Amino acid sequence: MITEFTPWMSLFGGALIGLAAVLLMAFHGRIAGMTGIFGGVLPPVGDDWQWRAAFLAGAIIAPAAFLLAGGAIDFAVPVPVWAMVVGGLIVGAGASIGSGCTSGHGVCGMARISKRSIVATVTFMVTTGITVYIMRHVLSVGV
Amino acid sequence: MRIVSALVIGAIFGIGIALSGMANPAKVLNFFDIAGNWDPSLIFVMGGALVTTAIGYRIVFGARARPLFEKSYSLPTRTDLDARLIGGSALFGVGWGISGFCPGGAIPALGIGEPAVPIFVVSMAAGIVLARFARANPFKKTVSA
Repeated sequence: MITEFTPWMSLFGGALIGLAAVLLMAFHGRIAGMTGIFGGVLPPVGDDWQWRAAFLAGAIIAPAAFLLAGGAIDFAVPVPVWAMVVGGLIVGAGASIGSGCTSGHGVCGMARISKRSIVATVTFMVTTGITVYIMRHVLSVGV
Repeated sequence: MRIVSALVIGAIFGIGIALSGMANPAKVLNFFDIAGNWDPSLIFVMGGALVTTAIGYRIVFGARARPLFEKSYSLPTRTDLDARLIGGSALFGVGWGISGFCPGGAIPALGIGEPAVPIFVVSMAAGIVLARFARANPFKKTVSA
């Protein structure tokens, strides 16, 4: 499946992600890492779950509202359902063990020039690339 | 006030993710598929997010000694590289490569209303809880002793 190269929209979306990260730090003093924020509303739930739940609700409602208002969001899942189940488990476990994901390490941590986040980001970018290569070109899943 | 603030900031994050293409597994997987249908858009997502955050953090930390709603900034303090960081990150990448979803892409994607997304998110939640349980569980030591 071919997707359209969208440099300007991706740059704009990325800048909004960055703006949200900066505002969350300025107002709440928190790293905008989705693994940490989402993990905080899962058992054992911490006592500061309220702002996390609000952030998650906002993150889900915004794209839904944008679609309802007539906006378009490109979306396609080119892999089978088992990849959602297996991938979800591995993403959740890995990001939890590694203390972060693309948003926490890749954006917030790298922006702070954290050595741990830079190493984490390079590591997961490499293993993601290898995995996509194996999935598509060796196992021929979701090409 | 802090709940409304978190809701609005979450909304900015969510719409940014959706517009950038990070909530679209086809686009994410194509970014990593240099040998196939390569779509370099995600470089621009990371670039836009990183530059904005790096400059913004600098301004925030320079202008204010504490965040608006809290007594202090909650920042990670560790600087050591350990097996959990590297192994966990490596594992996360494998899952990202299989599914095309990272946590920050998947949560906003729930708002798109496609059935594959909640399947991924429930599975991801299970993965997070299992990883925590495995760490907290003293069972391993009991067995070896």
